[in-house]
Amino acid sequence: MTELLAWLGQPEHSKPLALVIFFLIFVGILVYVFTGKGRKQRLESYKYIPFADDEREQKETDNE
Amino acid sequence: MAHGSSVAVEQYNYDIVKKFAIMALVWGVFGMSVGTWIASELAFPVLNFDIPQITFGRFRPVHTTSVIFGFGGNALFATSYYVVQRTCQTRLYGDLLPKFTFWGWQLALLLGVVGYMNGVTQAREYAEFEWPVDLLITVVWVAYAVVFVQTLRRRSQPHIYVANWFYMAFILATALLHIFNNLAVPVDLFSTKSYSLFSGVQDAMTQWWYGHNAVGFFLTAAFLGMMYYFVPKQAGRPIYSYRLSIVHFWALSFMYMWVGAHHLHWTALPDWTSSLAATFSIMLLMPSWGGMINGIMTLSGAWDKLRSDPIMLFLIASLSFYGMSTFEGPLMSLKSVNALSHYTDWTVGHVHSGALGWVALVSFGSMYHMIPRLYDTKLWSQRLVYAHFWLATIGIVLYITSMWVSGIGQGLMLRAFDDFGNLAYTFIETVTFMHWPLVARALGGAFFVSGILVMVFNITMTIRTARQEQAAIEAKIAAKLARAGA
Repeated sequence: MTELLAWLGQPEHSKPLALVIFFLIFVGILVYVFTGKGRKQRLESYKYIPFADDEREQKETDNE
Repeated sequence: MAHGSSVAVEQYNYDIVKKFAIMALVWGVFGMSVGTWIASELAFPVLNFDIPQITFGRFRPVHTTSVIFGFGGNALFATSYYVVQRTCQTRLYGDLLPKFTFWGWQLALLLGVVGYMNGVTQAREYAEFEWPVDLLITVVWVAYAVVFVQTLRRRSQPHIYVANWFYMAFILATALLHIFNNLAVPVDLFSTKSYSLFSGVQDAMTQWWYGHNAVGFFLTAAFLGMMYYFVPKQAGRPIYSYRLSIVHFWALSFMYMWVGAHHLHWTALPDWTSSLAATFSIMLLMPSWGGMINGIMTLSGAWDKLRSDPIMLFLIASLSFYGMSTFEGPLMSLKSVNALSHYTDWTVGHVHSGALGWVALVSFGSMYHMIPRLYDTKLWSQRLVYAHFWLATIGIVLYITSMWVSGIGQGLMLRAFDDFGNLAYTFIETVTFMHWPLVARALGGAFFVSGILVMVFNITMTIRTARQEQAAIEAKIAAKLARAGA
């Protein structure tokens, strides 16, 4: 364990490792975003959020 | 009425948004006028008038601070406070804290600008504020983060809309950049002079890690937040692909932090650092263009709006300039191209194609959309919006093309050799060559300033009309109540 920590403590090891980790996370995000039919529909439904406010205001104005 | 939002006016804190929006225009007029003045000074040095406070060296940071942090910063405060409220459907957190961010930000800018004119500067590009102002900015920024995060936490929507992700990244990254780049030791407690904690090439690298990420997170990510809300709203249709916006966000966030060192090619910086920065700069083209395409394709199937809606023109033109400058940037980050372009006017032209073409145009478009809604009215004149658009566009094109001519010509002349290996041109010959392009650049700036003046007039009239409409409604209600009482 101490050896592993010492290995990680050296910038020439920790920096490439961080790069690999970030890269894998990014690939994971890509896979997550572009797979699954249900997920696609859910994610794309969020694009209507800016318009949700207008609908609510319209309803409130109609009720007045 | 633009939208029946008397309910919204009470539900949301629009007062603070109005304050920031108006100050964005005030700083915009001031900063862009100073910019045009210093551009004229370069073409006609007599305009220095031997007054130290207005010479190029002192006035240049006044210009950059006023337009980046004054115009851009206030526009970002205004739109982020507006967008976070409307997409979370909740009122802005606190009343005093947002007001503090407003007055604190204006005070920091004012102190900075007055200081620069009197020679108080730490001489770090885009971070010239001396340590007392840096401390003030830190406190204001923490307050801003608290207001924004707390508003997000109180949201009615379960999902946080992507525009807020970009604003959040901007707030976090700016805090990080500001603190680390301004680590300095004051000469004494009552002195405005300080010295950087870093030295030599590390100091330069810290500065350009800050400098380029200020471009990446202050002038890009935050304005993309603006784009992801105002383009769909103005187009009346949702963003082309929400999933692409997620990839755009993460790709941009992962890549931007690595590229700052491309500002230091061919210096004492290790060669591998330079190459790494250039590599990431080239890779950045992908998320940048992905985002641009996402924004522009939002109009897919409704391109006719470009014929009838001048605000849409501003927004789509801004995305086109975003695409152009994010292509030019990676190109200039290549070491071979940079050997020619660096230390020439080409860099200045590139910065302005991003700053005027992308940042300013998307801000103008967003404010033309937002300000009438804040006052529950319509824009006073659509024709003046067209006039502004064309004045701004002509100004930008004049600016960029003249800087290409000046910069590329200057670069070629500075490294030309004769048959005997001597420099082919003297320095003064390059200066003489640059005179007319510099005149054209100043003219481009004048066009751009006249555009924002037209906007200020239009917005002033819009606000006056809104107040008159409001007064008329109040008078009607009062008359009705009086009749009912009688």
